[in-house]
Amino acid sequence: MKISEIVKLLDAKVVCGEEFADREIERAFASDLMSDVLTTPFDNGILITGLANPQSVRTADMMDVSAILLARRKKATEEMISLAKENDAVIIECPLSVFHISGILYSHGLQPVY
Amino acid sequence: MKFEYHVEGGDFLNAGNASGNIKKVLKKLNVDTGVLKRVVVALYEAEVNIVAHAYRGTITADISPKKIEIVLDDEGPGIPDIGLAMQQGYSTASTKVREMGFGAGMGLPNIKANVDDMKIETEVGKGTKLTLSFNLG
Repeated sequence: MKISEIVKLLDAKVVCGEEFADREIERAFASDLMSDVLTTPFDNGILITGLANPQSVRTADMMDVSAILLARRKKATEEMISLAKENDAVIIECPLSVFHISGILYSHGLQPVY
Repeated sequence: MKFEYHVEGGDFLNAGNASGNIKKVLKKLNVDTGVLKRVVVALYEAEVNIVAHAYRGTITADISPKKIEIVLDDEGPGIPDIGLAMQQGYSTASTKVREMGFGAGMGLPNIKANVDDMKIETEVGKGTKLTLSFNLG
């Protein structure tokens, strides 16, 4: 599923990395605990999280995750955006809950990590 | 090839800078992607540990064709019970650390799972020195 399709399905907003909208995403992982993300390889996947601070962007970079989807009306901070730009990462903001986002994406074929 | 970085305790904004830089260097050197992932995960967890628990520290990465050795040497409270600290789920992290998405007692076990060798030297009231080794080739 392309990032642009994810954005459309969720009626979400890309706040950084719009130029990477064609990136293909195969799998998603949802967590607010970055230590859990660091134990879960999902290269080129999307991280669904409510953690709106630079550590979510940093963790995504360490794991080679292509995009960060901020749930629950969380807003990306300036520091997050500047770090994401440095790493060619995409940040998407969405007002829906993690559960709601996961349900929509799963029902449209996005795969879980396990 | 040797690199050194300074890490300030409590500076969550920059936590991960050193790990991010070392990742870039290792990528340029075409280090095997499996090893690269293990290095950055272990290093990032360890860097966050300095920010979360210590006052300050230095990270030294020594990269040779056969081995990557990373030493994280901090001035801090030290670890009173290493066995307990290595136990998954045991944590002394502050609320601030938890707000940053860490502090669930997974750091040291996750570091250990990713290294080929790990050595912890610690003295209560002085600090902790963590040596992480990864074999190449």
